[in-house]
Amino acid sequence: MINDRVIEAANPIVRAHALTKQVDTGDNQLTILQDIHLEVNAGESIAVIGASGSGKSTLLGLLAGLDVPTSGQVYLDGEEIFLLDEDERAALRSRLLGFMFQSFQLLPALTALENVMLPLELSGVNDARQAAQELLERVGLGMRLKHYPRQLSGGEQQRVAIARAFVTQPKLLFADEPTGNLDSATGAQIIQLMFELNRERGTTLVLVTHDEALSNRCSRQIRMAAGRIVN
Amino acid sequence: MNLFRLSLRMLRRDWRAGELRILALALIIAVSSITTVSFFADRVQLALSRESNRLLGADLLVISDRPLPAHYAEKAQQYGLKTATMTRFPSMTSKDESNLLAEIRAVSDGYPLRGDLRLADPPDGTFSEQVTYVAPGIPAPGTVWIDEKIIAGLDIKLGEELEVGAVQMMAAAMIAREPDHSVGFVNMGPRLLMNVKDLAATDLIQPGSRVTYQLLVAGDEERVAGFRNWAQAQLVPGQRIEGIRDSRPEIRAALERAEKFLSLAALASVVVAAAAVALAVRRFIQRHLDGCAIMRCLGASQATILRLYSYHLAILGLAASITGCVMGFAAQEFLSRWLSELVNTTLPWPSGMPAVHGLLSGMVLLLGFSLPPLLNLKRVPALRVLRRDIGKTNLHGLAGYAFGLFALSILFVWEAGEFHLGILVMLGFLTAIVVFAFLGWLLIRLLLMIRQQGTSAWRYGLASIRRRTIATVIQAIALGLGLMAMLVLTLIQNDLLKDWRRSLPPNTPNRFLVNIQPDQLQSLAAFFDQHEMDQPEFFPMVRGRLVKINDQSVRVDEYTDLRKKQLLNREFNLSWSEEMQSDNVIVAGRWWQDEEATPENELSLEDEVAKTIGVKLGDRLTFDIAGSPYTATITSLRKVDWDTFQVNFFVVARPGSLEQYPINYVTSFYLPPSHAGIMHELVRSFPNLLIIDVAIVIEQIQQMILQVSNAIEFVFMFTLLAGLIVMYAAISATQDERIYEAAIFRTLGAKRRQLIRAWAAEFAILGTLVGLFASAGATVLAYVIGDYALHVSYTFNPWIWLVGIVVGIIGVTIAGLLGTRSSLSQPPLLTLRRIG
Repeated sequence: MINDRVIEAANPIVRAHALTKQVDTGDNQLTILQDIHLEVNAGESIAVIGASGSGKSTLLGLLAGLDVPTSGQVYLDGEEIFLLDEDERAALRSRLLGFMFQSFQLLPALTALENVMLPLELSGVNDARQAAQELLERVGLGMRLKHYPRQLSGGEQQRVAIARAFVTQPKLLFADEPTGNLDSATGAQIIQLMFELNRERGTTLVLVTHDEALSNRCSRQIRMAAGRIVN
Repeated sequence: MNLFRLSLRMLRRDWRAGELRILALALIIAVSSITTVSFFADRVQLALSRESNRLLGADLLVISDRPLPAHYAEKAQQYGLKTATMTRFPSMTSKDESNLLAEIRAVSDGYPLRGDLRLADPPDGTFSEQVTYVAPGIPAPGTVWIDEKIIAGLDIKLGEELEVGAVQMMAAAMIAREPDHSVGFVNMGPRLLMNVKDLAATDLIQPGSRVTYQLLVAGDEERVAGFRNWAQAQLVPGQRIEGIRDSRPEIRAALERAEKFLSLAALASVVVAAAAVALAVRRFIQRHLDGCAIMRCLGASQATILRLYSYHLAILGLAASITGCVMGFAAQEFLSRWLSELVNTTLPWPSGMPAVHGLLSGMVLLLGFSLPPLLNLKRVPALRVLRRDIGKTNLHGLAGYAFGLFALSILFVWEAGEFHLGILVMLGFLTAIVVFAFLGWLLIRLLLMIRQQGTSAWRYGLASIRRRTIATVIQAIALGLGLMAMLVLTLIQNDLLKDWRRSLPPNTPNRFLVNIQPDQLQSLAAFFDQHEMDQPEFFPMVRGRLVKINDQSVRVDEYTDLRKKQLLNREFNLSWSEEMQSDNVIVAGRWWQDEEATPENELSLEDEVAKTIGVKLGDRLTFDIAGSPYTATITSLRKVDWDTFQVNFFVVARPGSLEQYPINYVTSFYLPPSHAGIMHELVRSFPNLLIIDVAIVIEQIQQMILQVSNAIEFVFMFTLLAGLIVMYAAISATQDERIYEAAIFRTLGAKRRQLIRAWAAEFAILGTLVGLFASAGATVLAYVIGDYALHVSYTFNPWIWLVGIVVGIIGVTIAGLLGTRSSLSQPPLLTLRRIG
């Protein structure tokens, strides 16, 4: 029992090994990511920072198993994800990961409540409504459960996205420029909320941003340039 | 996990959010038009055939020259059918010194099973239609009902007695009209109707008498068909079965036209609805790409996505199809009420088949067009959540449409109920699609070459089209199909139906006079003059029995084909003429010309008869005319439209060879109902004439044409609705993209007016394509329908091109601008944020 915990603590929850991503542009190969080595321990919060085109989002996509690398490995919670097929990776995501996006990615046809219920419903949880409602109340949208995304402001939409990300109790949260579409005041509130929940639930956070202030709130910063980690 | 429930929930959410409206609407309209037509066609057919069965007095006759074995009637009763019998034979009747050869009909209770026997008891022996009444059953034993000819011929008054064989019977009423009056040419003599119970006492049936025994059968259509199948196998020589289609070629022709017409109308609405469904499915898939990506990201497997959306579409399809069925049922119920008013019969409850039919059609349409893109949908990469530009599935994949078209063709063949017709129409549409696609692509290429000219709105419109070439061509095809169906139906309504109605105008001849002697021609002409009626044309004829084909004697007994036997057993009416009747068409050989003299006698034979008796062009036929042989060579074969009710002959000879034989004349003329009394006078003045009254048959067919025209108009409404839905679906197919573009353009400072102009240019180009496609397609289709189904030649109508193109441009531009209007008034940021 104790040994298990020790082993778990010693194992990083995210480990990338020699990760490289190239795309074929027709004439030649373009290298977007080159030889990335990265480890993130459970409970840690890291910020991936860098200029546009430095490969931040590509790295995030690979770490989350949304895309496949040209070479290299990614281990999530000890499992080598590129040995899995697409469906097995999806199942892994559903078990381990939560997501937040710059463009929120809420389903327009679903209400706030239904958007938050969706990941639970997909994994077959029975009492999706209860859990979703509680989280929405926690993010301050208890009065707007039945509203559609288009009836919500950007900040409110991102709160719904936060609730959706946390509702499955993920070990790991990936956030891609979560404040990118928001004004700074609203963005600050969202960040506040995200870090609160992260702390409350002991989630590991991988955050992509080019906002220095935001990155400083994380326990570690990884700076990227031209497809490499530079610090 | 319970995917089905999740799917149901998501469907409800989608529905609430308005995501499913177009697809559901397209399906509902497709299914309701299919079910309405098939329910309705079912019942119309039933009504039409039942209506025409009134002319037979029954649904089916079993006819024999010997007493029919009892098992026919017993079996019919086992099938739950009503039966009655009629025994028919010619016999002399007399009163005092006068004798008359009459056709005696001894009937049993229940006669007639279909239609009405109408009586009159006029005080002065004359009557008009107004004073007739429906007979209360059959003559009581000891009484007979007689027709006008017997009253005139025997100079008898109602209430007096006449002699029928060995007994005296009282003439109780006058027969004004029998339902089976005009079936065939055999029963034209004076008629006497008596109760079969008196038959034995008359002592008239002796060995060797020419007696025809008939079993009349009527009831539920399926049971009648079942009985017919059974009875067919029991027939022995001398027995035969007759339904209305067997005995009345003109009714059969009209019925077949009506059936073809209705199924064509149904097919047209299926095509249009299919186009709407195809487009709506694509929009549905497109709108769910993001959702799929998010769900993949949230951990849904490909199988989960596939199952989720399969359930989704299946439930939607089922719900929409059921709604469509209910609507179809309601619509046909309304139609049928109105129909039953026309035909004076209560229609039986329709079978459940059309509902099953409608449901299956809806599902076939939906799944046919949605399965291939659905399979693409599951492959949407999760990475799309980060990068929206990836994972656009190929929405217009050829495979996807091919599968849908395949499903559609199966539906077509099924819908047409006739493999040939279904395949023909399907191939027509496929060819149209391929040709349209190619032409559309070509036209767009051509337009792009002149892109540099013109205003900026024009250039922008063209640029838009270039970016969406495939989508534009597909939009144009779908819109073109919709508009084409509308144009075709308009053409059919205006031109073809009118032609059809005109083929049987109100003054179509409704009386035939047969057996006119040469010396009566003048006095008959005077008779017509005297009553201020138009002089009819008198056709000469001689009667002859076909005795040799190519100098080989004809032995009737050796043939097994019943129709052939019938034809050869009776005498042919041979006529002659310099000119061919205008409603005939030569199908082989050529009509004789004045100047060419040939040593041989020449004949023109009706095509069907030639086929039945198995002769061809160049064969020599020998007829026995009044004891002397007459031989002639077949030099042409003709097709005759029997449903025009003009005098027509199976055999027409070249003038100059038949004139020396005993001639009599035949004519046909129109007798207005108000002049019905004249017939009485005609009978008295020319007692030898046979008068054949086809007024009922003509009324029948005229009413049938009217009903079918009305039905087509009703079905037209569905096609119209389907057409509108297609337009809406086609415009919305690119609406999201357009709204997004508008937002960007507005952000960049484009004025409302500039945007509207650019779009108007784009829609106008699209509309021109649509109009061209639709007019071309409609012209070809109307020609085919006219030729194939209605047998009326379609005259090219150049207006349809003008109308098609103008409606195309104006319709598409207005619909398109209306569809995108909302995006013009919204602040661009809202749109941009919403589309994200």
